[in-house]
Amino acid sequence: MRATRPFFLLLVFIGTAAVVNGQEPPAPTPTPSPGSEVSPTPEAPAETPPEPSPTELPAPVEAPAAAAVQNPTYFNPAIAVIGNFLGVSGKNPIEDRPSLEMRESEISFQAIVDPFARADFFVAVTNEEVELEEGFVTFTSLPADLLIKVGKFKAQIGKVNLMHLHMLPWADVPLPNENLIGGDEGWNDAGVSVARLFPLPGDTFSELVLQVFRGESEGLFEAPSRNDLAYLAHYRAYRDFGDDHNLELGSTWGRGSNGTTDDARTTLENLHLVYRWKPLTGRPYRQFILRSELTRSRREQPEGKQSARGFFVGADYRLSRRWWAGGRYEFADHADDDTARDRGEAVTLTFWPSEFSQLRAEGRRRKYAGGVTANELLVQLQFSIGAHGAHSF
Amino acid sequence: MRKTIFLCLIVLAAAPIGGAAPIRVVTSLQDLASIADSVGGERVETFSLAKGYQDPHFVEPKPSFVLRLSRADLLIVAGLDMEIGYLPPLLDQSRNGKIRPGNAGYLDASTGCEILERPRGIVTRAMGDVHPFGNPHYWLGPGNGRVIARAIAARLSQLDPPGASEYRANLARFEGRLAEGEKRWDAALGPFAGTEVVTYHNSWPNFLKRFRLVAAGFVEPKPGIPPAPAHVVQLVNLMKQRKVPVILMEPYFDERTPKTIAGRTGARLLTFIPSVGGVKAASDYVALFDHDVKVLADALRVATRP
Repeated sequence: MRATRPFFLLLVFIGTAAVVNGQEPPAPTPTPSPGSEVSPTPEAPAETPPEPSPTELPAPVEAPAAAAVQNPTYFNPAIAVIGNFLGVSGKNPIEDRPSLEMRESEISFQAIVDPFARADFFVAVTNEEVELEEGFVTFTSLPADLLIKVGKFKAQIGKVNLMHLHMLPWADVPLPNENLIGGDEGWNDAGVSVARLFPLPGDTFSELVLQVFRGESEGLFEAPSRNDLAYLAHYRAYRDFGDDHNLELGSTWGRGSNGTTDDARTTLENLHLVYRWKPLTGRPYRQFILRSELTRSRREQPEGKQSARGFFVGADYRLSRRWWAGGRYEFADHADDDTARDRGEAVTLTFWPSEFSQLRAEGRRRKYAGGVTANELLVQLQFSIGAHGAHSF
Repeated sequence: MRKTIFLCLIVLAAAPIGGAAPIRVVTSLQDLASIADSVGGERVETFSLAKGYQDPHFVEPKPSFVLRLSRADLLIVAGLDMEIGYLPPLLDQSRNGKIRPGNAGYLDASTGCEILERPRGIVTRAMGDVHPFGNPHYWLGPGNGRVIARAIAARLSQLDPPGASEYRANLARFEGRLAEGEKRWDAALGPFAGTEVVTYHNSWPNFLKRFRLVAAGFVEPKPGIPPAPAHVVQLVNLMKQRKVPVILMEPYFDERTPKTIAGRTGARLLTFIPSVGGVKAASDYVALFDHDVKVLADALRVATRP
C-alpha cells in the first residue's frame, strides 16, 4: 500500500501536467484558431459548394442561432437551483426527521473553463449550513482516453453514492449507504480522480476509475495525519442489448482511516448492477429500471474488526408519461457493530408535472436493530429553476 | 521480429492517411446521418445517437454512445439546445477534443438554416419546454436539408481534402434528388395550400410553411406538457369551427387523446414521421418527405372530396 501511494500520486501529477503542458489542441486539425470563435458566423461553410439548384432557395436571411444570444452574460456559468421539500409523518425515534422541512436546496454553477476543461460547483444550502457539496474541474481533452477530475466530489462507489439528492429514485437514501458509506452525504471528499476507457469487443463500454482523497468524510473516514489518504478503485462495464435493454455491472474497492485508533482502517467493497429497459417504439413512456448494490464494510476498531454487510434492490416502472411506481428492499448491518442489522421496505409513487418538477410519495417501513419498527410516509416535492446541466447515465 | 512488428505498426498508423479508414461521423439525429451518408458516400461511416422512431428530446446518455463519440472524427448536431439534455455529459466523457464545439470536428447543422419561432421578448418556462433559440425541428423544411448538406460537404472536404471532389459530386447528386422531390411534393400538396391542420407537438413549422399549410393548434397545450381535459375541449371546438381535416401526430406520443379528439371532430389522425428511420419507408431524407407528403396528400384528398 505504502508503495502504491506515491506511484498513484505521480500518475495523477503526470496526467495533470500533460494538460498544463500540452496546451496545443490534442489532435492536429486543420481548423482556424479558437480565436475565430468570436466571429458571429463560425460555422459558415468554408467553401461555397456548387451553384444553387434550380428550385428556389430559402436564403439564410437570419443570422446563425448563436448570434441571437450574444449578450453581456455570455460567459456566465449556467446557474440552477433545485429545491427539495420533504414532509414526514409517522413515528421514528431512530431517524427523527422534522415533519416539514426545506431539506436541501442545491445551487449549481457549471461552465466550460477553457478548451481543455470544464468546472462544476454544487452548493448545498440547508437551514443550518451552506456547504460545498461538490466543486471540481474536469480535464476533458487529455490523451490516452483519460479523464481527470480535481476538487471535492462524490466518490465513485456503486451508483447511489454518486447521485445528488434530487436524482435519487426515492425520497431517502437506502440503508447500506446510510450505515456503511457515510450516511446522507455519502463518501464525499477532496481529491483527484483518473478515469480511463477500456473499450471491449461488441461495443461494450468499460471504464477504470482510480481516486485518491484527503481521507476525511463525515461518518466514514477520518484522517489523523496528512498521510492518511483514502483510496478507491472502481471498474464498470456497460452494454446495450438491442435498442431497448442495457446492463451495467461494476465493482468498487475503497480504503481509508476511520480515526478510531491511529492506524485503524475501514475497507469498503461494493458490487452494483443497473438494468434498464426502455422501448423506443411501440409503447410510449414505458420504462423499467432495476438497481441493486451489495456492500461490505470491514472496519478496524479497538474492540475488534467488524465485517458489516449491506444490500438493496430497487425497481422502478414508468406507468405513463408522468407517473412512476417503485419498490425497494434493503438491509444493512451497522458499520461499528456487525451484529446489529437494520432492514426496510419501501414503495414509491412519483408524478412529474413537467420536466422541471416532481412530486413523490414514499411509504416506508424500517425495522431497526434493537427492535424498533417505524412506519412512515415521506412526501417529497422537488422543483428546479435555471439551467441545470444534464446528468450522466 | 521486433522490426517487423514495428513496421506493421507504422503501416497501421499510416493507414488513415492512405484513405483506407472512413471518416467516422456521429450525428444526433438520423436525418443528419442520412444527409451525411448521401454527401459522404463510401468515404464516411455514420452513426446516429437518436433513432428516427424515438422522441429526439429524450435521448438517454448511454455509455455506449461515449464509445462512439470517443472514436468520432466529426459530430453533427441539430443545435438550438436540441441535445442539451444528453449530449454535454457524453461529450465530456468521450475524452475527444476534436469534436468539441469550436473545433473542426463539431458541426452545428442549424447554422445558416431558416429557423422559425425564435421567441422575442421574455422567455420563461411558464411557456412549457420552450426552445429559446427557435424551433429545433427545422430539418423538416427541405430547403434546410439543402443548407445542411452543403455545410456537411464543406466540412467533410475540410477534414478530408482528398475526398473534396467526391463530396462535391455527391452533393450535386443529393441536391438534384431533393429538387426533383420538391417538384413532386409541391404537385401533391399544392392544391391544399392554406389548409389548416392540428399537430401534436409543435414539430412542423418548417414543413407547414414550405407547403403553405397552417397550424390551427396543437394537442399539447404547451411544448412538453401533456393535454389536460379543458385544453382538449377548446381544441375540439376550434377544430369543429374551422373544419380542420387532419391531426398530425409523431409516432412516439400516446395516441389516446388525439384519437378522442379525432373521434369528436371527424378529423383524421395521421401518424406523421418527423425523422428518417421513423418508419421503414422513410429510409433517407428524400424518402422521409415522400412518405409524409403522400400520407398527408391522401388524407386531404379524401377530406376535401365533395
